Amino acid sequence: MKFGILVNEGPFQHQASDTAYHFVKAALEKGHEVHRVFFYHDGVNNSNKLSEPQQDDRNIVQRWSKLAQEHGIDLVVCVAAALRRGIKDEILAPGFRISGLGQLVESGIQADRLVVFGD
Amino acid sequence: MSEVTGGVEMEEETGGTVKKFMFVNRKAPYGTIYALEALEVVLISAAFDQDVSLVFLDDGVYQLKKGQHTKAVDMKNFSPTYRALEGYDIDKLYVEKESLEQRGLTPDDLVVDVQVLSADEISKLMAEQDVVLSF
Repeated sequence: MKFGILVNEGPFQHQASDTAYHFVKAALEKGHEVHRVFFYHDGVNNSNKLSEPQQDDRNIVQRWSKLAQEHGIDLVVCVAAALRRGIKDEILAPGFRISGLGQLVESGIQADRLVVFGD
Repeated sequence: MSEVTGGVEMEEETGGTVKKFMFVNRKAPYGTIYALEALEVVLISAAFDQDVSLVFLDDGVYQLKKGQHTKAVDMKNFSPTYRALEGYDIDKLYVEKESLEQRGLTPDDLVVDVQVLSADEISKLMAEQDVVLSF
């Protein structure tokens, strides 16, 4: 099955990003396809490479970058949501790109299932 | 890249597929940004010629409340935008009966014409959708 993913919450503050990450990993391990993860609302903060969690904690931003690199997943950050939160190309972690909300709608059209993670 | 379609060249990317998109609005209009940013997705989806519907339930029904005065909290009153949706061919607006009643509201209190449905009816409608986006 082809999945599209929407992450609506920021890292650390909320578990949505963790759950989405584990869902994507599990789906890939089962042989499914995840063509895109779209980050919206405070979810755009998942792309901030300046994030520096404590040593003994998970590094949420790096974890997404690694997953994108290993599995060729398109990590898209909403431009409107990003700009109002100060997320710009200069601070974007590897594997993320900034684009429009059309990428989310397109993901809904192309995927068999669009799964939303958030409140 | 196209401004209107949010970075997607539609013809080649979506191949004329029409899906049923439902946007579920559950949060009060102010206090958090969910309602405002949900409306931004709805407006973009209009450019994709999809079968779009909106549902308002829980505190989300307040998004449609008439007479929103936001000056004192220094926020933009975006409720007029719901009235503009018709111009984008988005005219399927549903409000959950229970949520409306629990808050002492009637359809006359709302800025747009809506169809009031029970929770049961909305859940049936939800089951018919291809994509459900909840904000």
